Amino acid sequence: MRSDPGHIKWLIEEAAIYKELLKRWLDPSNLERLRPRLEFQTGVLAGFALIASLLLGVTHCSTLEAIQERLDEDLQKSLAEVVPSTLHDNDLLQDTVTVPSGEDNLGADETTVYIARKAGQTTAVCFKLAAPDGYSGAISMVMGINRDGQILGVRVINHAETPGLGDKIEVVKSDWILDFSGRSLLNLTDAQWAVKKDGGVFDQFAGATITPRAVVKATHRGLQFFNRHRSELVGS
Amino acid sequence: MSENYRKIMRDGIWDNNIVFSQYLALCPLLAVTVTATNGLGMGLATLAVLISTNGIVSVTRQLIPSEVRIPIFVLLIAAVVTVVDMVMNAWLHELHKVLGLFIPLIVTNCAILGRAESFASRQPVAPSLWDGFMMGLGFTMALVVLGAAREISSAGTLFANASLLLGDGFKFIELTLIPDYKGFLLMALPPGGFIMLAFIIAGKRLLDRKRVANKAQAALLSEAIPEEIQ
Repeated sequence: MRSDPGHIKWLIEEAAIYKELLKRWLDPSNLERLRPRLEFQTGVLAGFALIASLLLGVTHCSTLEAIQERLDEDLQKSLAEVVPSTLHDNDLLQDTVTVPSGEDNLGADETTVYIARKAGQTTAVCFKLAAPDGYSGAISMVMGINRDGQILGVRVINHAETPGLGDKIEVVKSDWILDFSGRSLLNLTDAQWAVKKDGGVFDQFAGATITPRAVVKATHRGLQFFNRHRSELVGS
Repeated sequence: MSENYRKIMRDGIWDNNIVFSQYLALCPLLAVTVTATNGLGMGLATLAVLISTNGIVSVTRQLIPSEVRIPIFVLLIAAVVTVVDMVMNAWLHELHKVLGLFIPLIVTNCAILGRAESFASRQPVAPSLWDGFMMGLGFTMALVVLGAAREISSAGTLFANASLLLGDGFKFIELTLIPDYKGFLLMALPPGGFIMLAFIIAGKRLLDRKRVANKAQAALLSEAIPEEIQ
């Protein structure tokens, strides 16, 4: 039926008719006549909305996988920054524990903790957390803690802080965030877990106190979260 | 025809510059011009969006009734910006990490709506694309100039972190102009942006006035000389 030459000829003729119709319809004088009409205006607006949504839908579907891959790569990279590869021989992204953290103020009701093991032995954990009280919105971070509760490293993944002021929390712009390495709940008191302006030990930035304060507090909360769940995360 | 294109170029870059003459797009302008690098990134992203929206609006200009043109333009601009955002996130991920913050801000740039309304909806496709390119270029230049002025006065550096945006090959343009500079915080904050913008605009108007005066003088001279010869 489909390969029937008569049928194909009919299709081509039919297409030519529609093409002619469309051409006539798109003629400037015809559009001139149509434009003042309410149904035409509504139709055009709806048509543009439809095309825009189709465009967005198609782009979303075709970029979804690539974006997810990129985000996974980013996550892996930032996990690798806070847990040195010498500490583990497993795949962090596969070896996870999900811990309820609704009361720990880490920015999520559940926190996925990535467990680093070497020869089956847990050596360190890392997890994502967010400081909800940044200067402009939440600051999302990742931190690694070794099994003794000492910070291996903290990195900021995503933030919207003022460029040139608050963005010194990024490791590429300043080494401020490296100051957390080696700190723990044991070698600093609760009061010392603050920026210098608040009586703590961490520097603030000239002109930006809110951003480092938020990061310091969130890191402190992260450590407390680890402490509370220590037994289930690293075993005894 | 080429005279027309030259006029579009002059308008975009100087005579009718989005920032320095139309005083549009001040919100994204003040938000990102803390450093020259950020200005450049925002400028280039805006340039891409401006060319696309000008092109689309110009192609469909016969279809769009004037009564519903504004919602259609806004719809188109928002869709294009979102598509650019997603595509960059997927395939230009490193660049997107640097510019990511600014891209959604482009939607708030009234200059794009302005060009769709005052140029692309009345002109054929080729001049509209050219206008988008030139207006975008003028906007990029304005952002870089203002960003550089604010960066030098607030931090003493120029094009800091440019290699994050342009790749490691551009490390050489990262300059520290004033070593051991204590910093002048006001210039990094939005009020500093307004103050610096005011100085630049005043300078531009001074130049324009001088140019007009020179032209008038030249016209007088050229009228006077033939008479003397006679």
